[in-house]
Amino acid sequence: MGRNTEILNQPTIMPEQMRVLEKLCNALAVSGNETEARRLVMDQIKPYVEEMRTDALGNLLAFQKKESRKTLRVMIAAHLDEVGFMLTSEEDREEGIYRFELVGGIDPRWLAGKPVQVGAEHAKGVIGCKAIHLTTAEERRNPFTVDGLRVDMGGGGKAKVGDWGTFATPFQKIGGSIRAKALDDRIGVATAIELLKYEYPDLDLLVAFTVQEEVGLRGAKVAAHALNPDLAIVLDCTPAYDLPLQIEDSFYPPENEKYNTRLGHGPAIYLSDRATISDPRLVAHFVQTAEKLGIPYQFRQAGGGGTDAGAIHLQRAGIPSISISVPGRYLHTPASLVRIADWENTLRLVYHSLQRLSADVLQTER
Amino acid sequence: MKDLLKTLVEIPAPSGYEGQVRKQIREWVEPLVDEVRLDPLGNLVAVRKQTGAPRIMLVAHMDEIGLMVTHVDQQGFARFVALGGVMPIHCVGGRVRFLNGVQGVIGMEKNPPSSEIPSLEKMFIDVGASSAEDCPIRIGDVAVFDQSFVDFGKRVVSKAMDDRVGVAVLIEALRRLEKSAFEMYFVFSVQEEVGVRGATVAAFGVEPDLGLAIDVTATGDTPKGHRMEVCLGKGPAIKIRDAGMLADPRLIQWMVQTAEKARIPYQREILEFGGTDARAIQLSRGGVPAGVISIPCRYVHAPSEMVDMEDVENAVKLLINLLRSAPRLDHAH
Repeated sequence: MGRNTEILNQPTIMPEQMRVLEKLCNALAVSGNETEARRLVMDQIKPYVEEMRTDALGNLLAFQKKESRKTLRVMIAAHLDEVGFMLTSEEDREEGIYRFELVGGIDPRWLAGKPVQVGAEHAKGVIGCKAIHLTTAEERRNPFTVDGLRVDMGGGGKAKVGDWGTFATPFQKIGGSIRAKALDDRIGVATAIELLKYEYPDLDLLVAFTVQEEVGLRGAKVAAHALNPDLAIVLDCTPAYDLPLQIEDSFYPPENEKYNTRLGHGPAIYLSDRATISDPRLVAHFVQTAEKLGIPYQFRQAGGGGTDAGAIHLQRAGIPSISISVPGRYLHTPASLVRIADWENTLRLVYHSLQRLSADVLQTER
Repeated sequence: MKDLLKTLVEIPAPSGYEGQVRKQIREWVEPLVDEVRLDPLGNLVAVRKQTGAPRIMLVAHMDEIGLMVTHVDQQGFARFVALGGVMPIHCVGGRVRFLNGVQGVIGMEKNPPSSEIPSLEKMFIDVGASSAEDCPIRIGDVAVFDQSFVDFGKRVVSKAMDDRVGVAVLIEALRRLEKSAFEMYFVFSVQEEVGVRGATVAAFGVEPDLGLAIDVTATGDTPKGHRMEVCLGKGPAIKIRDAGMLADPRLIQWMVQTAEKARIPYQREILEFGGTDARAIQLSRGGVPAGVISIPCRYVHAPSEMVDMEDVENAVKLLINLLRSAPRLDHAH
C-alpha cells in the first residue's frame, strides 16, 4: 500500500466523531461510578467488536476478534472516569444544601460559584459562596477550602448523600478548539473508539476503557493483569501550560521553559513521568511513524503526573508501555480546552503506528 | 575486583536507560550460567539451574540516578528533571555526561539566599552551545554525574557505587561459587531508583522461594551525620529494616549464623529511610521471604560515593557461604 492510499483511508475527525465526543464529555462519570460513560462506549463499539465484557471493577474490555492467531497482543487503555465530587452529608433537607468531598485532583480554588450536576439524572446545582457585597477585604484574601463550601441543589429531594457530581459545563466547539469538562480523558476514550473501527495487519487490539484512574490508576491495574498484553499504549489528555509569560526581572530573554505540552504542536509522546519511564522502543516507533508521515508531534516534558501506564507496565512479568496524550489547557477545571487538530493528529499517529506495529518492535533490546 | 568495579561504575546507565551497562554485565555472566534472558522491562536474568532445589532470586540494580532534559532554550541551555533521588545540593557546579558522550556543567539562576538550597527548576545544563540550533542535546536526552573512579587503596570513590558495587558482588560470587544449595536466579534489575520497578516484574517472572537484594546502605560514621550504627569497614550489613520493608527474621538469623560460622565480620542494619529491590520481592505474588546484604556506603546519591573494599570482599564471602546451604523456612517467624 502506497502512501497516498494510506493517507486517503486514515481516520479523520468528522461531525460524527465530534458528536460522540460531545456525548462522552457531557456524561457524568466520576471515579467509582463510570456507568454512564461505559454505556455510551458500549453503544458506539458494538458493531466493531466480537466480544466485550465488564470486569469486577467496571473496566470495559473490548476485543476486535474473539480468537486470533496473530502474534502481537496490544492493549490500548483510556480512562472513563473524570474528577468530581461526592455528596457526604445533607445539611439542610428543605434547602437542598450538601457538604461534599472531592474525588480526584481538583484545586479547591476552582470550585466556588460553579454550576454543577449531581446523580444519574444530572440534577442541577451550584457550589455557592458569599457574594462580594457581603465579604470583607480580609475574607477575599483567604482561599476557599472544600470544608467551607456547599453544594446548593436549589431545594430538597433531587439529590442524596453518596451521589457523585461534577461541573455542569456543556460541550462547545469554539473555533478550532473544543471547550468542555472531562476532556481528560473522554478524548482518549473517543480516540480508542475510533481505533476499534479499523483493522491492523500484525496485531490483536485489546481495548480497556478503564475506571478509577483519577484516584490512583486502580482500574488499569486489574485490566492489564487480566489482558496480559505484549505491550500497552495509553491514550490520555495531558495539561498544557503554554500561555505567554510575564516578563521577569532579568536581562535574559524570557522564555516559557515549563509548559508540559503546547497546544497546536500535535500529540504529546511521554518519555518519563512520576509513574512510568516509557519504553524507548515504543517511543522510537511513534517518532519514526510521525516523521515518515509528516504528522506533527511533541514530547511531553518529563516530570510529575502519571497515566494508566504507571499501573500497567508493572503488571505480571512487565509490560512495555507508552502514553500518548492530546494536550489540553485547564484540565481538572470546569472548562478544559483542546485543539481539534491535535486530536485528529493524535488519532492518526496512533492509527498509523498500529498499522506499522509488529512483534519486531520488541525484538531489539530495550 | 577493583577493576571489575571500576569498569562497572564508569558506564553511564540512568534509570530506564540501562542498555550500556547491561551489555557489559551480560558479556561477563553469560559464560558462567546455564541461561541468560531479558524480560519485557529490560531486567537481565541469569540462571544456574538445579532441579528440585529451592529457587533463590539474587538482585542488584544496574541503574543509577540521573537527569532528563525537559527543554532546550533559544540560547542553548538545557532545563532538566531528576531520574531518581538526585539532590539539588549535589548539582550546582557539577558536571554531567549524556549517553551520547556529550558533557555539560550545571549552572543556576541568580544566587539564592545563602540559607536556601535552590531547586532543580532553578538550574540548567550548559553544554557549551550558543543557541538551540547548535546544541547537541534534545528534550528527552538523559545524563549521569560525570565523576571517574578514584582509588584510595582500601577505600574507593565514584559515582554509581549505588548499586554497581552490588552488581560487582553478584558477578564475583558467580565466578567463585561452584556448588550451591539453590537454583539461582541472578537478576540485574532496572529502574530501582525510580521505585523498585524492575524488581517488581522480575520477581513475578522468577517466582522465587526466597530473595536477597545486594545494595548499598548509608553509614553513621561521618562528622555529625545521621545517627546510625553502620560504619564503613566493619563488614557487610545485614538489613533488619528500612522504610520499605522488615526483613524476614528467618533470613536475618540465617545470615547472622552463616557470618558467625565463617568468621565474616558483619553489622546489623536499621535504616530509617530508603528501600531496596528486596521490598518488591517480598510483596510479589503471594509473598516471598526476603532479605538484604548491604554494602556500607558514604555519601549515597552524591557524585562521589565511597565504599571500603574489605566490606565488598566480605559481602562476596558472606553471599557465597549463604548460597552453600539453604535456610529452614518451615518454622514460623
